[in-house]
Amino acid sequence: MNIIGKPLNRVDAYDKVTGKAKYTPDLVSPHALHAKVLHSTIANGWVKEFDLSEAWKVEGVVDIVTCFDVPDIQFPTAGHPWSTEPKHQDIADRKLLNARVRCYADDIAAVVAETEIAAEVAVRKIKVTYEEYTPILSIEDAMKEGATVIHEEKPNNVVVHSSYEIGSFEEAIKEKGLIKVVGDYETPIVTHCHIEPANSFAYMEDGKIVVVSSTQIPHIVRRVCSQALGVGFGTIRIVKPYIGGGFGNKQDALTEPLNAYLTTRVGGRPVRLAYTREETFACTRTRHAMKFHIESYIRPDGSFAARSIEAYSNQGAYASHAHALVANSVNGFRMMYPVGAIKGEAYTVYTNMPTAGAMRAYGIPQIGFALEAHVDDIVAKTGFDSIKIRKQNMMKLGFVDPVTTITCHSTGLEECIDKGEKYLSYTKKRKEYEKQDGPIRRGVGMAIFCYKTGVYPISLETSAVRMLLNQDGSLQVQMGATEIGQGADTVFAMMAAETVGLTMDKIHMVSKQDTDVTPYDTGAYASRQSYVSGLALKKTAETFKKKLLEFAGFMLKCDPWDLDIKENYIVHTNKDERLLSVAEVALESCYSMTNSQHISAEETHHCTDNTYSFGVCFVEVEVDIPMCQVKVLDIINVHDSGTILNHQTARGQVHGGMSMGLGYGLYERHLFDPKTGRMYNDNLLDYKLMTALDTPDLHADFVETYDPTGPYGNKSLGEPPTIPVAPAIRNAVLNATGVAINAIPLHPQRLFGAFTDAGLIK
Amino acid sequence: MYNFNKLYEPTSVEEALRLKKEHPEALLLAGGSDILIKIREGKLAGCDLINIYMLEELRGICLEDDGSILIRPLTSFTDVSMHPVIKGHVPVLGEAVDQIGGPQIRNIGTIGGNICNGVTSADSATTFKTYDAVLELTSMDGIRLLPYAEFNLGPGKVDLRPDEIMTGIRIPKESYENTYGHYIKYAMRRAMDIATLGCSVNVRLSKSKDSIDRLRIAFGVAAPIPIRSTHAEESAQGHALDAALLEAVAEGALADVTPRTSWRASKEFRLQLVKELARRATKAAVEKAGGTING
Amino acid sequence: MANKNITCTVNGKQRTFAVDVRSSLSDMLRGNAGLDSIKHGCDVGECGACTVLINGKPFNSCIYMAIWAEGKDILTLEGLSDTKGTISDIQQAFIDEGAVQCGFCTPGFIMSSIPIINKDTPSSREEIRKQVAGNLCRCTGYEHIVDAIEKTQKKRIAEKKQN
Repeated sequence: MNIIGKPLNRVDAYDKVTGKAKYTPDLVSPHALHAKVLHSTIANGWVKEFDLSEAWKVEGVVDIVTCFDVPDIQFPTAGHPWSTEPKHQDIADRKLLNARVRCYADDIAAVVAETEIAAEVAVRKIKVTYEEYTPILSIEDAMKEGATVIHEEKPNNVVVHSSYEIGSFEEAIKEKGLIKVVGDYETPIVTHCHIEPANSFAYMEDGKIVVVSSTQIPHIVRRVCSQALGVGFGTIRIVKPYIGGGFGNKQDALTEPLNAYLTTRVGGRPVRLAYTREETFACTRTRHAMKFHIESYIRPDGSFAARSIEAYSNQGAYASHAHALVANSVNGFRMMYPVGAIKGEAYTVYTNMPTAGAMRAYGIPQIGFALEAHVDDIVAKTGFDSIKIRKQNMMKLGFVDPVTTITCHSTGLEECIDKGEKYLSYTKKRKEYEKQDGPIRRGVGMAIFCYKTGVYPISLETSAVRMLLNQDGSLQVQMGATEIGQGADTVFAMMAAETVGLTMDKIHMVSKQDTDVTPYDTGAYASRQSYVSGLALKKTAETFKKKLLEFAGFMLKCDPWDLDIKENYIVHTNKDERLLSVAEVALESCYSMTNSQHISAEETHHCTDNTYSFGVCFVEVEVDIPMCQVKVLDIINVHDSGTILNHQTARGQVHGGMSMGLGYGLYERHLFDPKTGRMYNDNLLDYKLMTALDTPDLHADFVETYDPTGPYGNKSLGEPPTIPVAPAIRNAVLNATGVAINAIPLHPQRLFGAFTDAGLIK
Repeated sequence: MYNFNKLYEPTSVEEALRLKKEHPEALLLAGGSDILIKIREGKLAGCDLINIYMLEELRGICLEDDGSILIRPLTSFTDVSMHPVIKGHVPVLGEAVDQIGGPQIRNIGTIGGNICNGVTSADSATTFKTYDAVLELTSMDGIRLLPYAEFNLGPGKVDLRPDEIMTGIRIPKESYENTYGHYIKYAMRRAMDIATLGCSVNVRLSKSKDSIDRLRIAFGVAAPIPIRSTHAEESAQGHALDAALLEAVAEGALADVTPRTSWRASKEFRLQLVKELARRATKAAVEKAGGTING
Repeated sequence: MANKNITCTVNGKQRTFAVDVRSSLSDMLRGNAGLDSIKHGCDVGECGACTVLINGKPFNSCIYMAIWAEGKDILTLEGLSDTKGTISDIQQAFIDEGAVQCGFCTPGFIMSSIPIINKDTPSSREEIRKQVAGNLCRCTGYEHIVDAIEKTQKKRIAEKKQN
């Protein structure tokens, strides 16, 4: 491959370093109206009545909409491909504004005004009368007999309960000589912290509702808006410009459905609905907090005889992505170590917490923490070697998951482990650090993971791409797949250049999606695009090239089969002699008086495969016991994501994921008032997103396999780097102090409790 | 766009004082890193403001004839930490305010705002307490000199009268000379954070550098307001430079602090930090002074 | 609310803007001057996406009143490229080092890095990290951003030595 694999600069970098790149807030008309949402000040109950009289008096107010005015339609918000089978459809459990209040800061009314200040002032002047119930914040309280029902469709507050069993767990544990290890693990609510808050603006044109939004999933948002408003898909047009990060939060319909409705209320005038940072924290989506109970039965030779997991996922107020997350978690539990009998059971439970949705790696950072902490607990109890036991039991090449049929088509996991081990001198240090005393101690830890690529066969995987030849021989590439910062446009341009035979400067990625013109693709999530959309792009590029060569054959009066394209020139197959430039073909094809053809191609790829990527994190920490602080001294992630399409952007993805993993392991958590359910830390001062000064130097490395199912041998990379970091840190703290902490983040307050309990702090 | 009501724009301190007398309810807008945020939150929406940020006469640092250090209130944190008088005589103050926020916040935030907010977590407060700072509070009626020790009345409450503007902070020479200080800010992040606990210590060693001549120690977030620990200071007086000194300071500190449990940290954890920060800040200050903790 | 004329230098040119006195500097620069590189991530000085240089120092323009800009020299990201679109070394370094992902924090980071790359003595990575700690990024883990700043600073120091 000539272009794939090179560390090329991003195609959008110039616009982004000069401020030319336009994001949603940069495109709003200066004459747009401003909308503000009134959020509830209770977490559980009903809105009985509004007094809008004072709000209407505020100069500049154009409209006030309450939960009693919106269409009586419940709709789903999750960024999943739609299913035409009702039982596979997402749960439709919210209206645009809701009289039944299900979380603190639920959306109950909205004001549209001439200025932002007028909208803010008017929202504050709305008086609300509530009927209030006690907030249900924990899974335990929600599942209690007689608990207040949060959604009448789910009378016991359980959204979904699912289970699986591979082999017979009960039979397997009867085997003689098994060692049993049990553990309970817990992960916190965290959030995405994309720097561009959730925002959109909406207006009407040609009888259509146009919503310009910071979204990862324009085509899905179009469908959700149409469902929410009860209008045809074609009535909605979604435009997605550059977006300032998403990480899964914008894989959900956020401000768009309400905003689409608000513009219809004001005669189609443009309405801007821009969430503040505080609203983005408290009123969009979170990562599910989960609790796990794991039991493992290990043979004296270190092989796993039987394992079981029980998982509880706190969904919060609305279903959003719902059970898909924890189902992914318990599936991940099975796939990572697919040996022996395995059984899993999972519950997704409604509570009055903020709604949880998709977030980078979709349930796997949660199970990744629990499972890899548990493996080190097994190691601590049995004395097995921490690397050997993982290698012995982990997924191997050719594995076919009995539930999903996803097959291990390629794996470099063992080499990843070896590379990380060597980098950190893990085994040697681990032994050295086992017996330390004194207030400041060091430790090393590691964790592994596997991750799927896309959502097949759980959901549909489909993608379409369009290529149009410009008269100068350059190529326009239109995709429904979205650039969200991960570098999608760059690797797609590389794929197009590689397969068509053009140089990078001839590829124009149409970065902005507009559902009126952009081919269908479900969008950026599940680390799917370079794989699924990449397959569609390759297919389209091949068709396009064939058409181009046919026209070149017409011009050259030769068989297109004898022609190829190399670096913008038509050449003889297997010869470098340049016969004609692509530019000449392009010009002639358009303006030919005898055979005018506008060369283009559009293909859909319906993907019916999936594959696993793998990786490891190795970390060395220093624990200051009296100060209850963990300092990361050295950290490396090593990934097998198949072919690395672009080493520069791939390293950037790994660094970003590691940083998010460090935050998950050490810093980040949302805290709530136990009485009201109000989020305490809904700002970037109190939510401890790591600064540059808190971040150690990050090391990224790869083991490149070639995955036969990927378009260029590639498989998922975007999300996985965040998975193994938190458990590796936890295991390093265990190595340093002998204290096994089963909940994250390992923030000072938690360490204080754990070290005090362990007698390290007196 | 900030939702405030009236904006007064004095061009001199005198005019500002007159405006403050005429409109005692109007708030002084200095760097704004506190007030503007509260306006946006709605807590102060619709308020009246007197913009003093442009008053250059309220900016700057100098060494006065009697050797005391005068810091004008609008001096930014950056300018405090970079100023040669601070670096030369009370570097610990510069080091403390250099841990506030990030560079942008240190450029806009003012030392006067840090003091007048009256919050217990103010990073400059503990060092000013340990150096017996005296505040210059000016009104149309004249200047009132108030020991900083008496300024904090409660959380967010200070002894600044409605017609007064703080026009200076003085550190007397007898308090800072021959001292070496160390500040530890304990927070969840190393930047952009509020202290979970702050501890400022300065020491003056005996001539032979083998005992404490004078030790001063103050804590932030260990009580509703920033406080000095007199027990710790007394028990350190004349003490040899040994491990027992650190324990004496830590134990003394515990006698004076009254931290509370909040969603940010528990009382017990803060008490652990009081002891540990007292030990570490004392040790660091002694070492800066050229002493060594033996044993 | 009253409007006021504010005269200041923006990206090297003296400009006068009629602004609502309640405006922040970012409101003025985005709204009146059309300088869209300034991004709003929090509006309270916690994310740094709106960072501009005022008299050479980085400030969060979201919590800086427009009226304070009177007489000041303001530099935004737009001021780093020349009229032909030729970009500065630090912008090029952000491209070459892969320091850009979603790009929303990028303008603020580049502005915060300018005082660092203008230093006469090399900064440690730790010092660089401290000087950009007022800018948050969720995409990059800061690694390539620190690389870009470090390399540009080294390059500039080497150039100064040659001259």
